[in-house]
Amino acid sequence: MADIAFLLLVFFLVTTTISMDKGIGQVLPAIGEELEVNPKNITKVLVNATGQVLHDEELVSLSQLRTKIKNMLAQNDKLIVSVKTHPQTKHQVYVDVLDQLKQAGATRISIAEPDI
Amino acid sequence: MKFKKKSEVKSEIPTASMPDIIFMLLVFFMVTTVLREFEGLPLILPSAKKIEKLESKRNTTHVWVSKAGLVSIDDKRVPIPAVRNVIYAKIAENPKLTISLKADRDTPMKVITDVQQEFRQANALKVNYAAKTRVG
Repeated sequence: MADIAFLLLVFFLVTTTISMDKGIGQVLPAIGEELEVNPKNITKVLVNATGQVLHDEELVSLSQLRTKIKNMLAQNDKLIVSVKTHPQTKHQVYVDVLDQLKQAGATRISIAEPDI
Repeated sequence: MKFKKKSEVKSEIPTASMPDIIFMLLVFFMVTTVLREFEGLPLILPSAKKIEKLESKRNTTHVWVSKAGLVSIDDKRVPIPAVRNVIYAKIAENPKLTISLKADRDTPMKVITDVQQEFRQANALKVNYAAKTRVG
Protein backbone atom coordinates (compact mmCIF):
# COMPACT_ATOMS: atom_id res chain seq x y z
CA MET A 1 0.00 0.00 0.00
CA ALA A 2 2.70 2.43 1.00
CA ASP A 3 4.61 1.48 -2.16
CA ILE A 4 1.69 2.40 -4.37
CA ALA A 5 1.30 5.65 -2.49
CA PHE A 6 5.00 6.33 -2.96
CA LEU A 7 4.74 5.67 -6.66
CA LEU A 8 1.79 8.03 -7.02
CA LEU A 9 3.56 10.61 -4.89
CA VAL A 10 6.65 10.51 -7.13
CA PHE A 11 4.43 10.80 -10.20
CA PHE A 12 2.66 13.90 -8.91
CA LEU A 13 5.92 15.42 -7.67
CA VAL A 14 7.39 15.09 -11.14
CA THR A 15 4.35 16.36 -13.04
CA THR A 16 3.58 19.31 -10.75
CA THR A 17 4.57 22.68 -12.07
CA ILE A 18 4.28 25.50 -9.63
CA SER A 19 2.16 28.24 -11.08
CA MET A 20 4.28 31.06 -12.42
CA ASP A 21 1.47 33.30 -13.61
CA LYS A 22 2.54 36.72 -12.65
CA GLY A 23 2.20 40.07 -14.26
CA ILE A 24 0.85 43.58 -14.14
CA GLY A 25 -2.88 43.84 -13.66
CA GLN A 26 -4.93 46.34 -15.58
CA VAL A 27 -8.65 46.82 -16.03
CA LEU A 28 -9.68 47.97 -19.47
CA PRO A 29 -12.49 50.48 -19.89
CA ALA A 30 -15.77 49.07 -21.17
CA ILE A 31 -16.94 49.93 -24.66
CA GLY A 32 -18.75 53.23 -24.77
CA GLU A 33 -17.48 54.22 -21.36
CA GLU A 34 -16.08 57.60 -22.21
CA LEU A 35 -16.13 60.04 -19.38
CA GLU A 36 -15.65 63.74 -19.36
CA VAL A 37 -12.73 64.40 -17.10
CA ASN A 38 -11.45 67.67 -15.83
CA PRO A 39 -8.30 68.35 -17.88
CA LYS A 40 -6.56 69.36 -14.65
CA ASN A 41 -6.73 65.78 -13.45
CA ILE A 42 -5.05 64.29 -16.47
CA THR A 43 -1.38 63.94 -17.06
CA LYS A 44 -0.12 62.58 -20.32
CA VAL A 45 2.70 60.17 -20.83
CA LEU A 46 3.79 59.59 -24.39
CA VAL A 47 6.06 56.81 -25.54
CA ASN A 48 7.65 56.81 -28.96
CA ALA A 49 8.83 53.97 -31.16
CA THR A 50 12.39 54.00 -29.86
CA GLY A 51 11.24 53.80 -26.24
CA GLN A 52 11.74 57.42 -25.22
CA VAL A 53 9.22 58.72 -22.71
CA LEU A 54 7.72 62.17 -22.86
CA HIS A 55 5.90 63.57 -19.85
CA ASP A 56 4.62 67.15 -19.69
CA GLU A 57 6.46 67.90 -22.94
CA GLU A 58 9.75 66.90 -21.38
CA LEU A 59 11.89 63.91 -22.13
CA VAL A 60 12.18 61.88 -18.93
CA SER A 61 13.89 58.68 -17.90
CA LEU A 62 11.84 55.92 -16.32
CA SER A 63 13.00 56.66 -12.78
CA GLN A 64 12.36 60.39 -13.27
CA LEU A 65 8.87 59.51 -14.45
CA ARG A 66 8.21 57.63 -11.24
CA THR A 67 9.26 60.50 -8.98
CA LYS A 68 7.34 63.03 -11.06
CA ILE A 69 4.16 60.99 -10.98
CA LYS A 70 4.61 60.36 -7.28
CA ASN A 71 4.87 64.10 -6.62
CA MET A 72 1.87 64.85 -8.77
CA LEU A 73 -0.15 62.18 -6.98
CA ALA A 74 0.76 63.70 -3.64
CA GLN A 75 -0.73 66.99 -4.81
CA ASN A 76 -3.77 65.60 -6.55
CA ASP A 77 -5.11 62.18 -5.63
CA LYS A 78 -7.65 62.22 -8.44
CA LEU A 79 -4.90 62.22 -11.02
CA ILE A 80 -5.41 60.08 -14.08
CA VAL A 81 -2.34 59.05 -15.98
CA SER A 82 -2.94 58.68 -19.67
CA VAL A 83 -0.43 56.51 -21.47
CA LYS A 84 -0.16 56.86 -25.20
CA THR A 85 2.14 54.76 -27.28
CA HIS A 86 3.37 54.74 -30.83
CA PRO A 87 2.16 51.70 -32.84
CA GLN A 88 5.75 50.50 -33.17
CA THR A 89 6.60 50.85 -29.48
CA LYS A 90 7.86 47.62 -28.01
CA HIS A 91 5.74 45.86 -25.42
CA GLN A 92 8.66 45.82 -22.99
CA VAL A 93 8.74 49.62 -22.88
CA TYR A 94 5.01 49.77 -22.27
CA VAL A 95 5.29 47.25 -19.43
CA ASP A 96 8.21 49.27 -18.03
CA VAL A 97 6.11 52.44 -18.03
CA LEU A 98 3.14 50.68 -16.40
CA ASP A 99 5.54 49.21 -13.87
CA GLN A 100 6.88 52.66 -12.97
CA LEU A 101 3.36 54.04 -12.67
CA LYS A 102 2.35 51.20 -10.37
CA GLN A 103 5.46 51.76 -8.29
CA ALA A 104 4.56 55.44 -8.02
CA GLY A 105 1.18 54.32 -6.69
CA ALA A 106 -0.96 55.43 -9.61
CA THR A 107 -4.17 53.45 -9.74
CA ARG A 108 -6.02 55.37 -12.38
CA ILE A 109 -4.21 54.57 -15.57
CA SER A 110 -5.82 55.18 -18.88
CA ILE A 111 -4.58 53.68 -22.09
CA ALA A 112 -5.02 56.01 -24.99
CA GLU A 113 -5.33 54.51 -28.41
CA PRO A 114 -2.34 55.11 -30.61
CA ASP A 115 -2.88 57.43 -33.53
CA ILE A 116 -2.12 55.76 -36.80
CA MET B 1 37.41 -10.73 28.76
CA LYS B 2 34.04 -9.94 27.57
CA PHE B 3 32.82 -6.43 27.06
CA LYS B 4 29.33 -5.68 27.94
CA LYS B 5 27.27 -3.43 25.76
CA LYS B 6 26.74 -0.28 27.63
CA SER B 7 23.46 0.90 26.32
CA GLU B 8 20.47 -0.93 25.10
CA VAL B 9 18.85 2.10 23.51
CA LYS B 10 16.99 1.29 20.38
CA SER B 11 18.11 3.40 17.44
CA GLU B 12 15.20 2.81 15.09
CA ILE B 13 13.07 5.40 13.43
CA PRO B 14 9.43 4.64 13.96
CA THR B 15 7.98 3.96 10.54
CA ALA B 16 4.46 3.06 11.51
CA SER B 17 3.11 6.49 10.59
CA MET B 18 5.03 6.73 7.33
CA PRO B 19 2.14 5.65 5.08
CA ASP B 20 -0.01 8.36 6.65
CA ILE B 21 2.58 11.02 5.90
CA ILE B 22 3.02 9.74 2.37
CA PHE B 23 -0.74 9.77 1.84
CA MET B 24 -0.98 13.30 3.12
CA LEU B 25 1.74 14.47 0.72
CA LEU B 26 0.07 12.51 -2.06
CA VAL B 27 -3.25 14.19 -1.47
CA PHE B 28 -1.55 17.59 -1.36
CA PHE B 29 0.18 17.10 -4.68
CA MET B 30 -2.93 15.62 -6.29
CA VAL B 31 -4.94 18.65 -5.29
CA THR B 32 -2.37 21.23 -6.39
CA THR B 33 -1.41 19.60 -9.67
CA VAL B 34 -2.85 20.99 -12.85
CA LEU B 35 -1.99 18.51 -15.51
CA ARG B 36 -2.63 20.51 -18.63
CA GLU B 37 -0.20 23.32 -19.23
CA PHE B 38 -0.80 25.24 -22.38
CA GLU B 39 2.20 25.67 -24.51
CA GLY B 40 1.57 28.65 -26.69
CA LEU B 41 3.92 30.46 -28.95
CA PRO B 42 7.64 30.83 -28.43
CA LEU B 43 8.29 34.16 -26.79
CA ILE B 44 10.32 36.06 -24.24
CA LEU B 45 8.18 37.79 -21.64
CA PRO B 46 8.89 41.35 -20.63
CA SER B 47 10.19 41.97 -17.12
CA ALA B 48 8.82 44.24 -14.41
CA LYS B 49 9.23 44.89 -10.71
CA LYS B 50 5.79 45.57 -9.30
CA ILE B 51 4.27 42.24 -10.10
CA GLU B 52 1.00 40.76 -8.91
CA LYS B 53 0.12 37.13 -8.77
CA LEU B 54 -2.94 35.91 -10.56
CA GLU B 55 -5.64 34.86 -8.16
CA SER B 56 -6.73 31.54 -9.47
CA LYS B 57 -5.88 29.33 -12.35
CA ARG B 58 -9.48 28.45 -13.06
CA ASN B 59 -10.42 32.05 -13.76
CA THR B 60 -7.53 32.66 -16.10
CA THR B 61 -7.24 32.35 -19.84
CA HIS B 62 -3.92 32.71 -21.52
CA VAL B 63 -3.65 34.68 -24.69
CA TRP B 64 -0.30 34.41 -26.39
CA VAL B 65 0.94 37.11 -28.69
CA SER B 66 4.19 36.56 -30.53
CA LYS B 67 6.69 39.04 -31.86
CA ALA B 68 5.28 38.67 -35.36
CA GLY B 69 1.74 39.45 -34.19
CA LEU B 70 0.37 35.91 -34.14
CA VAL B 71 -2.30 35.29 -31.51
CA SER B 72 -2.93 31.93 -29.89
CA ILE B 73 -5.65 31.03 -27.40
CA ASP B 74 -5.75 27.54 -25.85
CA ASP B 75 -3.29 26.05 -28.32
CA LYS B 76 -5.18 27.34 -31.33
CA ARG B 77 -4.07 30.05 -33.64
CA VAL B 78 -6.72 32.75 -33.79
CA PRO B 79 -6.73 35.63 -36.26
CA ILE B 80 -7.05 38.95 -34.42
CA PRO B 81 -10.62 39.81 -35.63
CA ALA B 82 -11.83 36.43 -34.33
CA VAL B 83 -10.43 36.96 -30.84
CA ARG B 84 -13.62 38.64 -29.66
CA ASN B 85 -15.77 35.58 -30.44
CA VAL B 86 -13.46 33.18 -28.65
CA ILE B 87 -13.17 35.43 -25.62
CA TYR B 88 -16.89 36.17 -25.65
CA ALA B 89 -17.69 32.46 -25.43
CA LYS B 90 -15.27 32.13 -22.54
CA ILE B 91 -16.61 35.11 -20.64
CA ALA B 92 -20.15 33.79 -21.04
CA GLU B 93 -19.06 30.61 -19.28
CA ASN B 94 -17.15 32.37 -16.54
CA PRO B 95 -17.81 36.06 -15.95
CA LYS B 96 -14.93 36.32 -13.49
CA LEU B 97 -12.41 35.58 -16.20
CA THR B 98 -9.03 37.30 -16.14
CA ILE B 99 -6.96 37.31 -19.27
CA SER B 100 -3.28 36.74 -18.92
CA LEU B 101 -1.78 38.43 -21.92
CA LYS B 102 1.47 36.73 -22.64
CA ALA B 103 3.08 38.94 -25.19
CA ASP B 104 6.65 38.92 -26.38
CA ARG B 105 8.66 41.87 -25.19
CA ASP B 106 9.32 42.99 -28.76
CA THR B 107 5.69 42.90 -29.88
CA PRO B 108 4.71 46.23 -31.43
CA MET B 109 2.01 48.05 -29.46
CA LYS B 110 -0.22 48.13 -32.55
CA VAL B 111 -0.88 44.40 -32.11
CA ILE B 112 -1.39 44.71 -28.36
CA THR B 113 -3.86 47.56 -28.80
CA ASP B 114 -5.78 45.64 -31.46
CA VAL B 115 -6.03 42.60 -29.20
CA GLN B 116 -7.11 44.82 -26.31
CA GLN B 117 -9.84 46.34 -28.45
CA GLU B 118 -11.07 42.81 -29.13
CA PHE B 119 -11.14 42.10 -25.39
CA ARG B 120 -13.15 45.24 -24.84
CA GLN B 121 -15.60 44.21 -27.55
CA ALA B 122 -16.04 40.88 -25.78
CA ASN B 123 -16.46 42.72 -22.47
CA ALA B 124 -13.43 40.99 -20.98
CA LEU B 125 -11.91 43.85 -19.07
CA LYS B 126 -9.58 42.27 -16.57
CA VAL B 127 -6.20 41.91 -18.19
CA ASN B 128 -2.92 40.91 -16.70
CA TYR B 129 0.24 41.60 -18.68
CA ALA B 130 2.39 38.60 -17.98
CA ALA B 131 5.88 39.57 -16.94
CA LYS B 132 8.90 38.08 -15.28
CA THR B 133 10.28 39.46 -12.06
CA ARG B 134 13.17 41.78 -12.73
CA VAL B 135 16.22 41.09 -10.64
CA GLY B 136 17.84 44.10 -9.05
